[in-house]
Amino acid sequence: MTDLERHDYDVIVIGAGGAGLRAAIEAREQGLRTAIICKSLFGKAHTVMAEGGIAASMGNANEKDNWQTHFRDTMRGGKFLNNPRMAELHAKEAPMRVWELETYGALFDRTPDGRISQRNFGGHEYPRLAHVGDRTGLELIRTLQQKIVSLQQEDHRETGDYESRLRVFAELTVTDILKADGAVAGAFGYWRESGRFVLFSAPAVILATGGIGKSFKVTSNSWEYTGDGHALALRAGASLVNMEFIQFHPTGMVWPPSVKGILVTESVRGDGGVLRNSEGKRFMFDYVPDVFRGQYADTEEEADRWYKDPENNKRPPELLPRDEVARAINNEVKEGRSSPHGGVFLDVSTRLPAEEIRRRLPSMHHQFKELADVDITAEPMEVGPTCHYVMGGVEVDADTAATSVPGLYAAGEVAGGMHGSNRLGGNSLSDLLVFGRRAGVGASEYIAALGDSRPAIQDADVDRAAEVALAPFRDASENPYSLHQELQQKMNDLVGIIRREGEVREALDMLDDLDERAKSVGVEGHRQFNPGWHLALDLRNMLAVCRCVALAALERTESRGGHTREDFPGMDPEWRGVNLICTLDGSDAVQLRRQPVPEIRQDLLELFERTELSKYLTAPELARLDAGGSSTQQGSADGSDRS
Amino acid sequence: MSYDARFKVWRGDAAGGVLQDYTVEVNEGEVVLDIIHRLQATQAPDLAVRWNCKAGKCGSCSAEINGKPRLLCMTRMSTFTEEQVITVTPLRTFPVMRDLVTDVSFNYQKAREVQAFSPPADLQPGDYRMQQVDVERSQEFRKCIECFLCQDVCHVVRDHEDNKTSFAGPRFLMRVAELDMHPLDTADRRQAAKEEHGLGYCNITKCCTEVCPEHIKITDNALIPLKERVVDRHYDPVVWLGNKIRRRSS
Amino acid sequence: MPRTRASAPPGATEVSNVPFSGGVHAPGRARIAARTLREDRWWLQPFVTFVCFSAWLLYGLVRASLQRDYFVADYGYLTPFYSPCLSTSCVPGSTHFGTPFGEWPALIPFAALTLPFLLLFRLTCYYYRKAYYRSFWNSPPACAVPEAHREYSGETRFPLIMQNLHRYFFYAAVVISLINTYDVLHAFRGRDGGFGLGLGTLILLANVVLLWCYTLGCHSCRNIVGGRLNHFSKHPLRYKAWGLVGKLNARHMLFAWVTLGSLVVTDAYIALVSAGTIGDFRIIN
Ligand SMILES: Cc1cc2nc3c(=O)[nH]c(=O)nc-3n(C[C@H](O)[C@H](O)[C@H](O)COP(=O)(O)OP(=O)(O)OC[C@H]3O[C@@H](n4cnc5c(N)ncnc54)[C@H](O)[C@@H]3O)c2cc1C
Ligand code: SF4
Ligand code: SF4
Ligand code: FES
Ligand code: FES
Repeated sequence: MTDLERHDYDVIVIGAGGAGLRAAIEAREQGLRTAIICKSLFGKAHTVMAEGGIAASMGNANEKDNWQTHFRDTMRGGKFLNNPRMAELHAKEAPMRVWELETYGALFDRTPDGRISQRNFGGHEYPRLAHVGDRTGLELIRTLQQKIVSLQQEDHRETGDYESRLRVFAELTVTDILKADGAVAGAFGYWRESGRFVLFSAPAVILATGGIGKSFKVTSNSWEYTGDGHALALRAGASLVNMEFIQFHPTGMVWPPSVKGILVTESVRGDGGVLRNSEGKRFMFDYVPDVFRGQYADTEEEADRWYKDPENNKRPPELLPRDEVARAINNEVKEGRSSPHGGVFLDVSTRLPAEEIRRRLPSMHHQFKELADVDITAEPMEVGPTCHYVMGGVEVDADTAATSVPGLYAAGEVAGGMHGSNRLGGNSLSDLLVFGRRAGVGASEYIAALGDSRPAIQDADVDRAAEVALAPFRDASENPYSLHQELQQKMNDLVGIIRREGEVREALDMLDDLDERAKSVGVEGHRQFNPGWHLALDLRNMLAVCRCVALAALERTESRGGHTREDFPGMDPEWRGVNLICTLDGSDAVQLRRQPVPEIRQDLLELFERTELSKYLTAPELARLDAGGSSTQQGSADGSDRS
Repeated sequence: MSYDARFKVWRGDAAGGVLQDYTVEVNEGEVVLDIIHRLQATQAPDLAVRWNCKAGKCGSCSAEINGKPRLLCMTRMSTFTEEQVITVTPLRTFPVMRDLVTDVSFNYQKAREVQAFSPPADLQPGDYRMQQVDVERSQEFRKCIECFLCQDVCHVVRDHEDNKTSFAGPRFLMRVAELDMHPLDTADRRQAAKEEHGLGYCNITKCCTEVCPEHIKITDNALIPLKERVVDRHYDPVVWLGNKIRRRSS
Repeated sequence: MPRTRASAPPGATEVSNVPFSGGVHAPGRARIAARTLREDRWWLQPFVTFVCFSAWLLYGLVRASLQRDYFVADYGYLTPFYSPCLSTSCVPGSTHFGTPFGEWPALIPFAALTLPFLLLFRLTCYYYRKAYYRSFWNSPPACAVPEAHREYSGETRFPLIMQNLHRYFFYAAVVISLINTYDVLHAFRGRDGGFGLGLGTLILLANVVLLWCYTLGCHSCRNIVGGRLNHFSKHPLRYKAWGLVGKLNARHMLFAWVTLGSLVVTDAYIALVSAGTIGDFRIIN
């Protein structure tokens, strides 16, 4: 039998970002013995990079804000493909989750009357983002981390052992979820430091592993984002939903090459930054789609007035949802009006006094100064789209975060459905807290129902997991680094921001080829902290996830949110009702099928004007709505969207 | 615009190691972490290094470059001349694991010893009211990305292994200061700062402030004010007398 | 047993089978022979500090014990090194606060009542502590450069625990700064006893302004004025004061150095005028 370290827990949470930590706090507070596992050090998860803020309709900045408006904005942003129940729960519970953070010690920026200050962000009708300067994610993760410590201190007082109920396993990578009789039995992984294998027995596993951005060349994501949770879920028998929807943030750094993709926060535009092409033109005015005509300014003068007087003026088009801005920049570049390094100019230097820029955007100022030698108070930045977030993810039950596999839960970026086809800024951090907590509750209810009959791990499964993990130590020729680079380049080029049938097919061929070559990846050295080996194992996950992305991108013949098909530029109401579900079959081959989107409840539909719904829903859906009663207004049902 | 730079990178583990010579390509705009990655991809696939964000936000990539504690991802190659040999070693205050990766568990242990935020027992979520001016000081300290460069450079533990038990280090003394200045924290942390966290070991020589990548004024804004607060409580009879009188008269 | 690299691979410049000892050579840490790998001139700053402080102390010691050339009777210039002069041994006119003491022994500075407090104020000043711990005591000489001592207990034991008394010396320094300010008022005097203004007056004035900047920028002052509060919003005036002190405090090192210079300049100028080596440059009267 494989030589391993064994642990026994009630719940294991894979991932120590916002979702994982909130889930673990909940599980521990429900009385469960909980393990938190993460690939990097504790407190370094990707959540730390979030800048702008966390969306919650607390109504501190504008009393008119409430969960209904937040729900509406979320659905609009996601182009009505969201899981409506998730969007509802999210909008309702986000304020309480944010307030809770204060009881853990968070220090958000304040309003004059001492409440949490809230800022404007793209797609949100009211100022809604609780924030701390431009380092909100850091505040979130540090707060949750410190709450964990505080719970450990409680346990220490009671039992004399900090880790008696809650333990963090840092720098440990999980490579497989183990099952028995169809239900979760535990997880298998290795210590990054020593390469030693670890086996966790636990009847419930919560996935909170974040996203998949490292499969793309230009990305704001870190090395951790290799889609591990997605792949673990797939291999455990759960399904992924809508993997074609990937958010490309419009403004990533483009120069120098070594920092290409690093995020330039949306707050730059929120605070007055404008986009110009090489001809000095504010091109975004040419890209306002019809559905948004009413809300966005037509002239530079009006747009400029908005910053001072948002009540009486329309917003500048720079603040359109991210997918629109990203596509516009992409088009400018393609048509030859790009900045010297292949982006466009984002300029605040001529819009705000230098002092003000340093005060409002300290970390952006710092980032450009240190990394690009650009002083953003004196010259424009060069920016371009960067792969940022995956809307798709593990299919879960809205209320409990349960997947289709008993005992397996998913929350945070790794879960799908909540954001539909496009996520609004700030909605991720709130998503982490709301569904992180729900996953903790869901898991504890499941365990309570299980009683003493916990599934037992099979030795054969452990041996198989160990064998797969050790496979790269073979005498083989393929270098994991070059394979990874090739995958990133091809995904960027072929399944990137704009997709075409031929190219996606080409990508699928490329994946076949890479799958084959991945079988002969070999790594040098030994198991102690060996990054080559780690990458070789991650590669397997990236390849599976990329195939889901490509298959779904090929299947969905429309453009919506984070999925743009050049050959099908319009939004199609028929597709609005369709989720694309990705699973593995018995021989680990990726399968794709269609499945209806959960119905939007009548009372939720009634939160929208009929004119608006008519742009998204099909004629029969509208007829059903009208039959169901009280829609507020009659409107033209042309039902299409040019974008 | 690219050139070949000469690097010395420490390779080894707790049992010993060497400063290994490498010659490696450098392109415009790159940082030291890019070069380490290039080494991994081309010459040393098993070179161990920690990193995450590559944007100075997570504090994972701490190491020492030409003897100075720095973030690998925020040290631009353009700060060196093309002729300069660049020496990269792991942090030298913590036990080494392998190559550039050290065991920083000391810091997590110290974090655990600082009593957590203690809000008033009856204050409900949503009812917290704090003024911006009252939270600003603590907010500065919460910019900390926990890179532990300050913990690494602080001579109290860097030069004296045996002080590790009694000294929390600048990062966690700053955490004590953060909580002591929190407008809603109910605990008195001054005694603990002195007795448990070893504030007195700090001789305010400011190396922590010098290396902090977040430019937090650790010494001036956290450690010295905390020392002063300890004086208030333990060494200042005038304040003590004042409190006595006020208590009697009120 | 962890893997060892018994023989150096080609290209290795240094095999470190460094013996274990304290500090960066403690067991478990990366075994690197050099105790510091810094190649810049890290020793320059402590060295300059050492030289300047030593020179200043020497100057101060000599000047304070000379017992002459400290007062310019014509214009009422009294050097801060002799203020307040409180004995009958003082030059007539320099005793701005009377003569409660009689004859003064030789070699003991006339300002023996205040100079120790001033010295202790600076000696326990948070900035000077940093500077002399680094440059005189090598603890540490520079960042990431090993310090020179085997044992280290910081400011936890006698005598260094006494540094915590800094705030008392601060209170004393405020009183002394008031005395110095009063001395400056006396320097607005012409030869005829009426109003006058000379270069010496301006130097004395500048010096005292800088002394206030240094004294009020003190960390103890910052704490007393407002730093100890947790609710600035309830004490708007103290918050304002804290902010102002904070501005000075941010430049505390600067003022620490500038006042060293200004004290020497003031004293030397008065000494030269008093000895008749140069005449005072008069602007008014
Ligand atoms: C630059 C940037 C800025 C952003 N700004 C905002 C913003 O302003 N507002 C907003 O709402 N959202 C923002 N987002 C999005 C948001 O930050 C992320 O979506 C969110 O943090 C994801 O959190 P998570 O908890 O799901 O996962 P993460 O925080 O990414 O954590 C994933 C965890 O899983 C662990 N893990 C992964 N795989 C394994 C494995 N195999 N074994 C063990 N552990 C594993 C990792 O170690 C890590 O601890 C931003 C994103 C980026 C990149
Ligand atoms: S100022 Fe204090 S805590 Fe900071 S490095 Fe120096 S001795 Fe350590
Ligand atoms: S205080 Fe600064 S140097 Fe210390 S851990 Fe935090 S960010 Fe790093
Ligand atoms: S990699 Fe995150 S700080 Fe350097
Ligand atoms: S005088 Fe320097 S700190 Fe008090």
